[in-house]
Amino acid sequence: MSIEIKTATLEPIRHTFEHTKRRFGDKPASRYQEASYDIAPEQNFHYRPFWQPDKELFDKSRTAVVMEDWNVHKDPRQYYYGTYVQARAKLQEVTESNYAFFEKRGSADRMSEAVRAKIIRCLVPLRHAELGANMNNMFAFSYGTATVVNQGFLYNAMDRLGIAQYLSRIGLLLDGNSTESLTLAKEYWMTDPAWQGLRRYIENVLCVKDWFEVFIAQDVVLDTLLYDIIYRQFDEAITEQGGSDLAMLIEFMQEWHKDSSRWVDATLKTTVEESDHNRTTIKRWVDDWREKAVADLAPLAEIAVGDTAMAASLDVLNQRLAKVGL
Amino acid sequence: MSNRKINMKEKYRLLTRDLDWEYSYRDYKEIFPQEEFEGIKITDWSKWEDPFRLTMDAYWKYQAEKEKKLYAILDAFAQNNGQQNVTDARYVNAIKLFLTGISPGEHQAAMGFGHVGRQLGGVGARVACQMQAIDELRHVQTQIHAMSHYNKFFDGFQDFSHMHDRVWYLSVPKSFFDDARTAGPFEYMVAIGFSFEYVLTNLLFVPFMSGAAYNGDMATVTFGFSAQSDEARHMTLGLEIIKFLLEQHPDNVPIVQRWINKWFWRGTRMLALVAMMMDYMLPNKVMSWQEAWEVYFEEAGGSLFKDLARYGIEMPAYAKTAIAEKEHISHQAWSIFYNYGHAAAFHTWMPTEKEMDWLSEKYPNTFDKYYRPRFEKWREMEAAGERFYNPTLPMLCQTCQIPMGFTDMEDPTSTFYRQSEYDGERYNFCSDGCKDIFDHEPEKYVQAWLPVHQIYQGNCGGPSMEDVLGNYYKINLGVDNMDFHGSPDEERWNMWHNLESAENKLKRAS
Ligand SMILES: [Fe+2]
Ligand SMILES: [Fe+2]
Ligand SMILES: [Zn+2]
Repeated sequence: MSIEIKTATLEPIRHTFEHTKRRFGDKPASRYQEASYDIAPEQNFHYRPFWQPDKELFDKSRTAVVMEDWNVHKDPRQYYYGTYVQARAKLQEVTESNYAFFEKRGSADRMSEAVRAKIIRCLVPLRHAELGANMNNMFAFSYGTATVVNQGFLYNAMDRLGIAQYLSRIGLLLDGNSTESLTLAKEYWMTDPAWQGLRRYIENVLCVKDWFEVFIAQDVVLDTLLYDIIYRQFDEAITEQGGSDLAMLIEFMQEWHKDSSRWVDATLKTTVEESDHNRTTIKRWVDDWREKAVADLAPLAEIAVGDTAMAASLDVLNQRLAKVGL
Repeated sequence: MSNRKINMKEKYRLLTRDLDWEYSYRDYKEIFPQEEFEGIKITDWSKWEDPFRLTMDAYWKYQAEKEKKLYAILDAFAQNNGQQNVTDARYVNAIKLFLTGISPGEHQAAMGFGHVGRQLGGVGARVACQMQAIDELRHVQTQIHAMSHYNKFFDGFQDFSHMHDRVWYLSVPKSFFDDARTAGPFEYMVAIGFSFEYVLTNLLFVPFMSGAAYNGDMATVTFGFSAQSDEARHMTLGLEIIKFLLEQHPDNVPIVQRWINKWFWRGTRMLALVAMMMDYMLPNKVMSWQEAWEVYFEEAGGSLFKDLARYGIEMPAYAKTAIAEKEHISHQAWSIFYNYGHAAAFHTWMPTEKEMDWLSEKYPNTFDKYYRPRFEKWREMEAAGERFYNPTLPMLCQTCQIPMGFTDMEDPTSTFYRQSEYDGERYNFCSDGCKDIFDHEPEKYVQAWLPVHQIYQGNCGGPSMEDVLGNYYKINLGVDNMDFHGSPDEERWNMWHNLESAENKLKRAS
């Protein structure tokens, strides 16, 4: 009887916050919804930024694409901070045991000198590219307007730092902590002709001022091509050459890319479908950066995999873009 | 292959600093265009000392464990209707103030640290700022989740984000963070990283979190404990930024000193809200505002500034004024809110007799002399059915945006008042500190979105108070606002507790 009374009298007076109610209706909202939608300031900003006096804080004009409401976006993974760190913690646990197993098994010693050298030349220098990706995603995070969109960039940025750190650890696993591989990898990154295209591409993206264009250049165009070349095609090539244990070390990147792609695709799709203006703008960026990326990445694709690699990954990119009608 | 051992410091260097490279296809200044305009001179980013060494894998693991524990408790809190266990429904108003006033600041901090986490040229500093950015996102989101259950049972939480952009007193914290965010990256770091997170954080979070602990609020206190280790990281970052800037170039010292003066004063003004929360809104008191100020500013801050003296940094200007105000500020702030209790999104009330006695004891020099008589008068008016509300609109300080109501510390009965003229217009200030801030950058502070001016200009929903409070602010009139006595919050609370005692009776009978 007391239970009956309790439910009757402790009836909540509302189901959720007003901002989630306005958007999703008068019913209990998920934690993702309550903590992601409509929580960023939208108006009545007090002062203009010294670093950009022609705009306000949270100014929607920091990108050329236009959304009537940026809060129509949705991350299919429904990441807010708590779900994000828990998903990554799971992935890192697997990675940690992979790395421990690789070490225990003496996998580095089982690889031929040639395979080790190839990994150091074609994979480890990506630690620098990932730092660039970290900065680019941080840029998009800090200039976007809606939390539901921005937080995806922040998670991506932190992921890229994590990946850069895993890539560095791969180097250390291969050189027995002598750090020679990292020195060598940096030399490749700075001077090897095969890497100069990618380095130029990243430095160029670091100068782009439109945060959605940064997203297109980095997360859509470059990542699709690069992750296909390295984490699919190069992985296969190195396996054929007797380096199959590398798979243990790059499982994180492969799983991460699958996970992240769901968010990238959703963000792209919602924005493209908003209007013809957005479609045209994004199409222009895609064409532009795709052309640069193909030219800049071809030498790396060639030494990492072979002369068909670039075309194969371009197919992957084009198929992905076709899904959103680009 | 024999594996060499690498020590932690070296490994962390390889996993962060060593990722960076010297650009050659583009110019450094194109990539970091904001590094010079504030006049700060950085000669060597490699001198940056990492304030903490946390790789991402460790971050994910550690933070995920904390999140798991936190949400388990929040779930249990909701299931067991933990909101019934707070000391008294008046308490809940403290966390309404927190969610509407402070949590959006966490969001701002996330954006701000993200911004400097991209714009600073040193990779070590960037990575540390990025980690704080994501921590601050954690804070706003976990605070929303911790309050989510309260929102289902009390009024005033429901539109915190909408209100933060509009309501008059919320423009105090909003303009504070807007000010920091619109400054250059180094000023932002001194404002939020150092002045706020290092010097003043204990006066903000400790009062709220201890207040929660003393008043049976499991949800908030659990959040507070969970955020403690994040805050410890933030404090080390705040201290490092100061040391780094001061060691980089002697020309940085006067710039940093000016920023410390400014942000100390701005922070102190914002803390007036915390002061009144501690002394008036907590049914179970932790300590008085004056005591908190003495421990956390005068003692801890005092030794910090002694430490910084070797760099040529002095105690913030107006620290003396702030110290003199410690015996007054909470009473004056609460008076302002009591006056405008019809225009606030939380409830106000006069202290009980017992609470007045506590105030007399804690504030022997000021409470009985200046405040008790006024409060007793208001209590009498309420008893006579004429609860006092001030029907006029207050004048706001152009800088801190608090209604002009703080008094002259030389003569605590007269309101302190300063003016400046800029471009043919007059501007009003609550203090010399606020006037100085304005006078140094008038072109910035004339832009302030002052809520009262905006009402007069017709930008807030219409001319009547109902238009402004109801339509524009979205305060549920007669529900969210006015005195606690007679509020729906109070009514529900009494109902729950009568019910509970009836239940207990039943239990005892069987
Ligand atoms: Fe925080
Ligand atoms: Fe913090
Ligand atoms: Zn002021």
